Amino acid sequence: MLRIEGLTKTYKTGDKALSDVSFEAPQGQVIGLIGPSGAGKSTLIRCINRLVEPSSGAVWLNDINLAALRTGELRRARRRIGMIFQEYALVERLTVMENVLSGRLGYVGFWRSFTRRYPGADIANAYRLLDRVGLMAHADKRADALSGGQRQRVGIARALAQDPELLLIDEPTASLDPKTSRQIMRLIVEICRERTLPAIINIHDVVLAQQFSDRIIGLQSGRMVFDGPPSGLTEAVLTQIYGEEDWTAMRKGASDEADAEAEEKAQTEQMLRAL
Amino acid sequence: MSAAYPTTWRKPPQMIQSRGWRIALAIGAIAYLVLAIGSVEINWTRVIAGMERAQRFVAGFLQPDFTTRWRDISNGLMESLTMTFTSTVVGVLISIPIGVGAARNVAPQWVYYICRSIIAISRALQEIIVAIFFVALFGFGAFAGFLTLTFATIGFIGKLLAEDIEDIDEAQAEAIRATGASWLQLINYAIQPQVMPRLIGLSLYRLDINFRESAVIGIVGAGGIGAALNTSLSRYEYSSAGAILLIIIAIVMVSEYSSGYLRKWVK
Amino acid sequence: MSIASADPPIWQHRTPRKRLLLWVGWLACVALFVWCWERMTQRTIWAFVWDAPNAAADIGSRAFPPRWSYMERLWGPLWDTINIATLGTLLGIAMAVPLAFLAASNTTPSRWILRPLALFIIVASRSINSLIWALLLVSILGPGILAGILAIALRSIGFIGKLLYEAIEETDISQVEAITATGASQAQILTYGIVPQVLPAFYGISVFRWDINIRESAILGLVGAGGIGAQLNASLNTLAWPQVSLIILVILGTVVVSEWVSAKVRHAVI
Ligand SMILES: Nc1ncnc2c1ncn2[C@@H]1O[C@H](COP(=O)(O)OP(=O)(O)O)[C@@H](O)[C@H]1O
Ligand SMILES: [Mg+2]
Repeated sequence: MLRIEGLTKTYKTGDKALSDVSFEAPQGQVIGLIGPSGAGKSTLIRCINRLVEPSSGAVWLNDINLAALRTGELRRARRRIGMIFQEYALVERLTVMENVLSGRLGYVGFWRSFTRRYPGADIANAYRLLDRVGLMAHADKRADALSGGQRQRVGIARALAQDPELLLIDEPTASLDPKTSRQIMRLIVEICRERTLPAIINIHDVVLAQQFSDRIIGLQSGRMVFDGPPSGLTEAVLTQIYGEEDWTAMRKGASDEADAEAEEKAQTEQMLRAL
Repeated sequence: MSAAYPTTWRKPPQMIQSRGWRIALAIGAIAYLVLAIGSVEINWTRVIAGMERAQRFVAGFLQPDFTTRWRDISNGLMESLTMTFTSTVVGVLISIPIGVGAARNVAPQWVYYICRSIIAISRALQEIIVAIFFVALFGFGAFAGFLTLTFATIGFIGKLLAEDIEDIDEAQAEAIRATGASWLQLINYAIQPQVMPRLIGLSLYRLDINFRESAVIGIVGAGGIGAALNTSLSRYEYSSAGAILLIIIAIVMVSEYSSGYLRKWVK
Repeated sequence: MSIASADPPIWQHRTPRKRLLLWVGWLACVALFVWCWERMTQRTIWAFVWDAPNAAADIGSRAFPPRWSYMERLWGPLWDTINIATLGTLLGIAMAVPLAFLAASNTTPSRWILRPLALFIIVASRSINSLIWALLLVSILGPGILAGILAIALRSIGFIGKLLYEAIEETDISQVEAITATGASQAQILTYGIVPQVLPAFYGISVFRWDINIRESAILGLVGAGGIGAQLNASLNTLAWPQVSLIILVILGTVVVSEWVSAKVRHAVI
C-alpha cells in the first residue's frame, strides 16, 4: 500500500511543482492522475521512486519511507516499483528480450547482467510476460524495430519483470494513436486486476482516464483539487482543474494546430512550385 | 511457474551472422596482435635511461621557461598565426569554386571529375610530405608553410562543401531552375543561402586545424613555431619546449572556445 | 513572382546598422589579411619563389620513373607503419574511453575535479600533433616504433575522447532514467543505459581515427619514430628522388586502402 504525506517539490529554478500533496492508494486500485500540462503530474510520480528528489514530505510504501532512504536502500526499494514511460524509454539498441530482462537488474549482480547470464527463472518469466503482452515472436528483435504500440508493450513487460508492488505510469498513451491507446490502457488495467497491483497513471486524456481508472485525482498548479470516483468528474470540476478554458476545446485545439501546420507546409510547397 | 517457457536465452549475434566467420575473425585478430606486438622491439636500457629525461620534461612542462628563447618563440608564433590566417582565407576562397565543381548535382561531368581529383590528391597527401616538397621548391620559411596549409585547406573544405551542396533541398533548387534562371543565379539563390552558414562554420574549424598544423610543418623547415620547438627539443631544453607546448595548447583552447561562440553568433 | 523574392529572409531582416557592422567586419578582415601577408612574407626570398617552376620540373624529371626495385626494402617498414597505427589506436582507445566517461557531464563522478582534469588532458592531446608527440618521445625513449606507437596513442586520446564524451552527453536521458528506475546499480546503468547508445558512435570514431593514424604513422619516421617515414627521410637526405617517388606512391596506396576499409567498416556498423 502506498501513502503520500505532504509531498512538496520546488525545482532549483524556483518552480513550485508540487505543494503539500497527500493521498493513499490501497491494494489493486488504479488511480488516474489528471491535470493540465505543467500541473506537476510527472513530478509527482517521479518523486515516488525519486527520479526527482522531493523537497519535503513522506512517501510510505509498506511502512518504508522512500523519501528518507539512502542510496543502497533506495535501489532495493526501486526494484519493486515498476515504471512505464510516455516515450517508452526502451534501450533502443538492445533486443526486446534484453529490455525485458533489464527489469531484473536490481536483482542480479553486475557480472551476470553484463554477460547476459540471467537466472533461468528470470528468463522463463520474461518469456511468459512477452507472451502475456503478445510479443512472443519478437523476443530477438531490436527494440527500435518495433512499432509504438509494441514498444509500449515491451515497456509494460519490463516493468512487470521487476515483480512490482506498485506501478507508476507516465502518460502511457501520449505518443500512440487512439485505437492503440485504448488497447494499451486496457492491457495495463487488466494486469493490475490480475495481480491486484496499485497503479498511478498520468493521463492527459480525460475520457481515457474516466473510462479506465477506479479513482481520479486532479492536479492543478501542483495542488490536489479533486479526489474521487470517475463519475464525480463534472463539468464544474473539470473547469476547476483545467482552468477557465473549456476542457473539451483543449484537445480540439491541439488537432487544429496540427492541421494548421500541415496546411502551412502545403502552402509553402505550392508557392515554391509557382516561383 | 509454468515449465512451458524456455529457461535459457542467448543474444543473437549482432554483426556477423555466421559462426564460422566470427571464429575466423577472432583468430585472425589474435594472430595479428601477437605478431604485431612481437615485432615491437624495446630497448629497455634506453627506456630506463629515458625516464630521467621524461622527469625533466615533466618538470619543464610544469615550470615552463618563456624568457630564454622568447625571441625564437615570438617570431615563430607570429609566423604561425599569420600563416594560419592567410592560408585559411586563400584556401577557402579557392575551395569554393572547387567545391561547387565537385558537387554532382550542379557541375557538368568533366568539371566534376577534375575537381574531385584535385580534392582527392589534396586529401591523400599528408601535410608534412607536401611541406617537404614546397620547402624544396620555394625555399625555407613561412611562404612554403602558407602554400602547404592552403593546399590542405582546399581538400578539406572542398570535399565537405561539395557534400553539403549535394545534400541541399532539391525542391528549392528545382523551384529556381523552373524560373529559367541561369547557372550562376541558381548557385546564388538556391545553393548559397543553404550552405553559407555551414561554410562559415567549416572555415572556422579549419582555421583551428591550420594553426595546429602550422606548429608541425616547421619541423621540416616550413616556418612557424614548430621550428622553435624542434630546436629546443633537439637541444634537450625541456623547459622552453614546455613553454611552447603550453602556448600551443592555450591558443587552441582559446580558438576552440571563440570559434564555438562565433559559430553560434553566425547561426 | 520575381527572382528577387527568392532572397533568403536573412538578408531582408538586416537593419542598416547591422549591415554597416557587417561591412566594417569584412573590411577589418581584409585589412588583417593584408597585414598578415606582409608580416608572413617579410623574410621570403622571392627569387626562390619565381624559380619554383624550374625546380619542380627538375625534381620531377629526376623522380620518374620510380625505382621499383627498392620496393623489397619497403615491406618491413610498411608492416611497422601499419602496426604503429593499429597498436597506437588500440592503446589510445584504452586510455580515451575512461577519460570520456570522466569528461561527460552526465557520467562524471566528480564535476569540479576529475571533469576539468579530463577535459584538459583531452584538449592537450588534441592540440599537439602526433609528429610533435613523436619528436618528444624519441627524445625521451630513443628512436624506434615504440615511440611511434605511443605518439599515435597520445594523439588519439584527445580525438576519441572528445568525440566519445560528446556522444555520451547526447545520449537519451529517458533510457537512462528507465534503467535507474528498475533499481540498477551505477555500473549497470552505465552498461545498459549508456553503452548501447554510444556503441555505434564508438566504433565509427575508432575506425575513423585508425584511418587517420595510418596516414600519420607513415611520416613519423621523419623524426625517428619508425615506419616507412624513416626510409623517406633517408631517401630525401641522399636526394634519391626515384626512391622518394616510390615511397610516396606506396604511402598513397596504403592511405587509399585504409580509407576504403574504414568506409566499409563504418558502413557495416552504422
Ligand atoms: N527538471 C525541471 N527543472 C525545473 N522545473 C521543472 C523541471 N521539470 C518540471 N519542471 C516544472 O515543474 C512543473 C510541473 O512539471 P511536470 O511535473 O512535468 O508537469 P506535467 O507532467 O503535469 O505536465 C512545470 O512548471 C515545469 O516547468
Ligand atoms: Mg508530464
